[in-house]
Amino acid sequence: MTTIFKLAWRNVWRNRRRTFITMASIFFAVLLSAFMVAFQKGAWDRMIDNVVGYYFGYAQVHQEGYWKEQSIDKAFAIPAELQSTPQDIHHIRIVPRIESFALASHENYTTGVLVVGTDPVAEDSLTKLSTRVISGRYLLPGEEGALIAEGIAQNMKLGVNDTLVLISQGYHGVNAAGKYPIVGIVNFPSPDLNKRMVYLPLEVAQYFFGAENLVTTVALNLENKDAVPPAVKALRKALPSGEYEVMDWKQLMPDLMKAREADAAGAYLMLFVLYVIIAFGIYGTILMMTKEREYEFGVLISIGMKRLKLGATIWIEIILLGILGSIAGILGAIPLVYYFNTHPLDLSQMSEEATGIYEKWGFDPIFPTAFEPGVFWVQALVVFLITAVLAFYPLLKIIRLKPVEAMRA
Amino acid sequence: MKNIITKGITKVYNPDTIPVVALDGVDLEIEQGEFTAIVGPSGSGKTTLLNIIGGLDKPSHGSVTISGTEITKMRDNKLIEFRKEHIGFVFQAYNLIPVLTAEENVEFVMLLQNRPSAERDQRTTELLEAVGLGDKRNTRPAQLSGGQQQRVAVARALAPKPDFILADEPTANLDSKSTENLLDIMARLNHEEGITFVFSTHDQRVIDRAHRVITLVDGKIATDELQNPEK
Ligand SMILES: Nc1ncnc2c1ncn2[C@@H]1O[C@H](COP(=O)(O)OP(=O)(O)OP(=O)(O)O)[C@@H](O)[C@H]1O
Ligand SMILES: [Mg+2]
Repeated sequence: MTTIFKLAWRNVWRNRRRTFITMASIFFAVLLSAFMVAFQKGAWDRMIDNVVGYYFGYAQVHQEGYWKEQSIDKAFAIPAELQSTPQDIHHIRIVPRIESFALASHENYTTGVLVVGTDPVAEDSLTKLSTRVISGRYLLPGEEGALIAEGIAQNMKLGVNDTLVLISQGYHGVNAAGKYPIVGIVNFPSPDLNKRMVYLPLEVAQYFFGAENLVTTVALNLENKDAVPPAVKALRKALPSGEYEVMDWKQLMPDLMKAREADAAGAYLMLFVLYVIIAFGIYGTILMMTKEREYEFGVLISIGMKRLKLGATIWIEIILLGILGSIAGILGAIPLVYYFNTHPLDLSQMSEEATGIYEKWGFDPIFPTAFEPGVFWVQALVVFLITAVLAFYPLLKIIRLKPVEAMRA
Repeated sequence: MKNIITKGITKVYNPDTIPVVALDGVDLEIEQGEFTAIVGPSGSGKTTLLNIIGGLDKPSHGSVTISGTEITKMRDNKLIEFRKEHIGFVFQAYNLIPVLTAEENVEFVMLLQNRPSAERDQRTTELLEAVGLGDKRNTRPAQLSGGQQQRVAVARALAPKPDFILADEPTANLDSKSTENLLDIMARLNHEEGITFVFSTHDQRVIDRAHRVITLVDGKIATDELQNPEK
């Protein structure tokens, strides 16, 4: 066994140029594929984080059926379990909201808006809403005042201290009407949110909708995606079954998930093409090496080396190249991906046309790469496996090699 | 009794396209201890004969029996095993594994045989001394002259104590001094240790050193004569 390794290891360094070419192709393969995956994953992670961060949160609880048919009539009183369970697991805070549509008017202008009654403090810790204030100030708990999105302010010629009139149908059909002074204006990159969001303090909105102590949505303030599954699981167990729906971000945003899958499919196709190119490159060097060494293989078989043993030696030789190349690839990819993680690609300098698409989806056209261990070792492993499979080619050749013919050349 | 017996060996290359008859009914017997040259014009079948005797190639017809075992009937893996134990090869050139030192090259077949390390070391030293390369044991083939490489190849062929050493034009790439040196070593090993050598050659000075000269013409044995070697 040690003989085989010794032979393989020395052969690796025998033709430095060939070793370098093979290692370089493996190196660039890992580098490119890791970068591609990190970029793709990073863009989507950010997109989801943005959408989640702007509004949804990573998970929400509603009355059963609310998400399908969003009606104020599905408002509910927060049960004790929903207060205590998230608190018990990792001190997760909840953000209770009451949400429904209303007609907003000011002077001659009228527009449809989404009224969100929320706890200003809890809301801010989840969505950092206060940082979006561009004029006036943020909401105070319990005050009779409204925070409106910039788009509404522009369309309706509203400013801070102006009065917004809201009319809607409240809980179980009661008439809802109210006048609220505007305390502040917020900006969202997403035009969609920017033209329809109106925030009121939770109690004020509950009064407006005639739904005292009721909420339509409870968002969970979770640190990150990893905290979602245990929290969702615990809540589903704690809440009486059939009465509430506990939904994670994937269920909340099925359209976005579909778009992500479609994009991922495209990225995998590109990755596959890259792998095929890589495979041909590596195969080429292996082919050359096998051809060049046929004579030597002939001698080794003649003097009594078994074909499988010889094949194994060459396989290990290529495997060693694969390992070295993959490690080099990882080491090269880490700084590259890290750089683009801390210095994200910023497309906001590009034309309106290009950036518009991203704004429509609700996020800034800035793309940091995903700097995660998985990105590196998965790509290194894939490229290594491709190499390991191709390394069987010399073995197949050696099994059929006729020493006499190999040595005639 | 250790010997090689061939019966009616015929070798036809490309039987289906343009057949080439390389050997045509060769009957031969080689005894242990011989120092035999196979000679003949280019294309007369010397290489083909040595390859078939050594089990590297199969005859189209006829049989080869080595020390009572008919190798022409053996399966490939068995045959590789048999070669390793009974036959040593020395080729015209590039015999050695380039990434191994002289010593490691000689040791290689013994490693394949799983011989104990003490035995390997002792025999390697002994053989390198015997071919006059005791001081080159840690040198790689690329740093050895053609003659030195062929001597290492002889030492390697001897390492597993084979019954026969087959050498196809071992001196073809050597200058006359190296040729003489290699022949001296082979003759001494034959004389003192009774090792059997069968070698092909074009070189008259090499032919002159043989005890027996088999001449091939068009794949047939034309003459087979014993002689008293010069020197
Ligand atoms: N693999 C092969 N395919 C076809 N013909 C072959 C093959 N090997 C040898 N021959 C032919 O068989 C004949 C004998 O060849 P061989 O190599 O045995 O001759 P040789 O006596 O060793 O010649 P040389 O002195 O040039 O080495 C020649 O005519 C050669 O062209
Ligand atoms: Mg020949």
